[in-house]
Amino acid sequence: MVVKESKYKKEQYTEWFNAMLMMRRFEEKSAQLYGQQKIKGFCHLYIGQEAVVAGTMSAIEKDDRIITAYRDHAHALGCGITAKAVMAELYGKSTGCSKGKGGSMHLFSKEHNFFGGHGIVGGQIPLGAGMALADQYRGGKQITVCYMGDGAVRQGSLHEAFNMAMLWKLPVIFVCENNGYAMGTSVERTTNMLDIYKIGLAYDMPSKEVDGMTVETVHEAMSEAAKHCRDGSGPVFLEIKTYRYRGHSMSDPAKYRSKEEVDEYKLQDPLEKVRNILVSKKHLSEKDIEDIETRIENEINESVEFAENSSYPDQSEIYSDVYVENDYPFITQ
Amino acid sequence: MRTIQFREALREALNEEMRRDDRVFLLGEEVAEYNGAYKVSQGMLDEFGPKRVIDTPIAELGFAGIAVGAAMNGLRPIVEFMTFNFSLVGIDPIINSAAKMLSMSGGQFGCPIVFRGPTGSAGQLGAQHSQAFENWYANTPGLKVVVPSDPYEAKGLLKSAIRDDNPVIFMESEQMYGDKGEVPEEEYLLPIGVAHVKKVGTDVTIVSFGKMMKIAMGAAAQLEKDNINAEVIDLRSVRPIDYNTIIESVKKTNRLVIVEEAWPLASISSEIAYMIQNQAFDYLDAPVKRVNTLDVPLGYAPTFVEAFLPSIKRTIDAVKSAMYI
Ligand SMILES: Cc1ncc(C[n+]2csc(CCOP(=O)(O)OP(=O)(O)O)c2C)c(N)n1
Ligand SMILES: [Mg+2]
Repeated sequence: MVVKESKYKKEQYTEWFNAMLMMRRFEEKSAQLYGQQKIKGFCHLYIGQEAVVAGTMSAIEKDDRIITAYRDHAHALGCGITAKAVMAELYGKSTGCSKGKGGSMHLFSKEHNFFGGHGIVGGQIPLGAGMALADQYRGGKQITVCYMGDGAVRQGSLHEAFNMAMLWKLPVIFVCENNGYAMGTSVERTTNMLDIYKIGLAYDMPSKEVDGMTVETVHEAMSEAAKHCRDGSGPVFLEIKTYRYRGHSMSDPAKYRSKEEVDEYKLQDPLEKVRNILVSKKHLSEKDIEDIETRIENEINESVEFAENSSYPDQSEIYSDVYVENDYPFITQ
Repeated sequence: MRTIQFREALREALNEEMRRDDRVFLLGEEVAEYNGAYKVSQGMLDEFGPKRVIDTPIAELGFAGIAVGAAMNGLRPIVEFMTFNFSLVGIDPIINSAAKMLSMSGGQFGCPIVFRGPTGSAGQLGAQHSQAFENWYANTPGLKVVVPSDPYEAKGLLKSAIRDDNPVIFMESEQMYGDKGEVPEEEYLLPIGVAHVKKVGTDVTIVSFGKMMKIAMGAAAQLEKDNINAEVIDLRSVRPIDYNTIIESVKKTNRLVIVEEAWPLASISSEIAYMIQNQAFDYLDAPVKRVNTLDVPLGYAPTFVEAFLPSIKRTIDAVKSAMYI
């Protein structure tokens, strides 16, 4: 096999590999724990889509802002929130990144500029534009990356936000993670306009389609978009084509698609691609890779142990954080 | 009598009414090919075809509005919201259009439409997926708001809702779809606006509706052991509210407890408490008590869910406090 010359160095591939492997193993563990009823409620896994977050994080700055929907574990990890804080949140423990108040769908970390996982489809799209407005208002250099699904782009909120973001040249990258399905509904069944990126063109927003199964292409598109935003040229819309290997949530048997289709995508697995490059270019030895695997496995096991040993928030906490005041007069009769 | 699930009772109502009237059709997210997010509409696409069982994009504002327009122009849509939390995205056509179309047009344009789907908390789903908006909708003149409590009620009330010439909000529960109950084979309808005295009693009146009827009945059963004979009223609809049935009951028991899964401020319970003090003041032997959810967004942790919801224990405590014991 001829290995193409690549413009990325060993360090970059290793970083991507670490990041994506962490997301993958974390989600596999989450699935297992959900099966054991340690994690409750709705739980949406990111397996298959890892290149989108990994390729974003390598292309933006630490103080840039991130907001997404409920499929948010990988985004949280990608922002640098520890596996411990995320896992504890999935358990609903007080040591979680949202103090056990958010759960799987509502991970947050102000410290890491992660503005949250949001549960109302499309609800986060205008919020992302607003975060960008705040940075523009203050004259900051930060940009916002606002993720949404292929289902979410059909919400009116997108159109209103796109128009204003263009009108006011807001520094926001809107990213549609097109994984082909919104729950059981394929993109084809809800629109005539299959090329989602073209929605942005209606507002003259720079928009394009990106291969999301390859971390390098995501990184390149993101870098370019980030530069555009940071230069004050306004928003960008990227339709990143990806795929989720699991059902919509843990309760979805995913009968609406064939096993062949899923297998087809698994052949282009973004994580395996990076692993192959690392090995074939001799960036890392099998032993190095094994060490990374072990380290990540340990980190995840520690996160589970941490979550297990943490306590649930006390019932008295139910009234905290609802208002800024500590003495807000709640109705209790 | 045969027993069927709550979701099957709803499905029978939908099927029967769609067979009866070809102006009736169903639309919403995942209702057709996926057979419904909670399998209420299972098999309906096969029977009625894609013209009458329509999958929509995730676009509540758009499809709620489109349905209202269709209702103004002679059809009788049934809109399924995957949950009522998401109805907020589409609340404008409901409140600003459907609810006041007949009135604004001086009686010319009616809006026979049903908006249905699950309401309330369903476990550890976090703050955005655990809300009850019965009182929000009930506050709006022009709407009717129906909240069935078991399969029998669900079928009879949904059939009436579909035949109603007004816009009707019909609120179900994720946690009840699998519940089983007796439902006759023969056709029947239940009137909207007539409460049901589910258990006759003498010592205290417990009023509730929807899923919380389980709590009310559970509390009443336990109170029996303490020789407290509670009368339990299922409101069935929270707009209109059958005040008379409550008043008649309070005249007999002289005590009232309301159980409601909703935040307390300006809720159905505060409304009923107002009306009872106004209309039956002289019959009350104790202040009206209520059991609501706590006055907070519901966090994810199990400790919060447990504390937040009305429970049998809290209901019994409220009853005992109303009885000064
Ligand atoms: C306003 C609203 N409507 C419906 C839902 C229920 N729902 C949750 S996720 C989802 C599908 C969204 O699909 P997509 O945007 O493609 O994101 P993905 O799940 O594929 O990441 C739906 C319909 C919701 N949460 N919010
Ligand atoms: Mg999708």
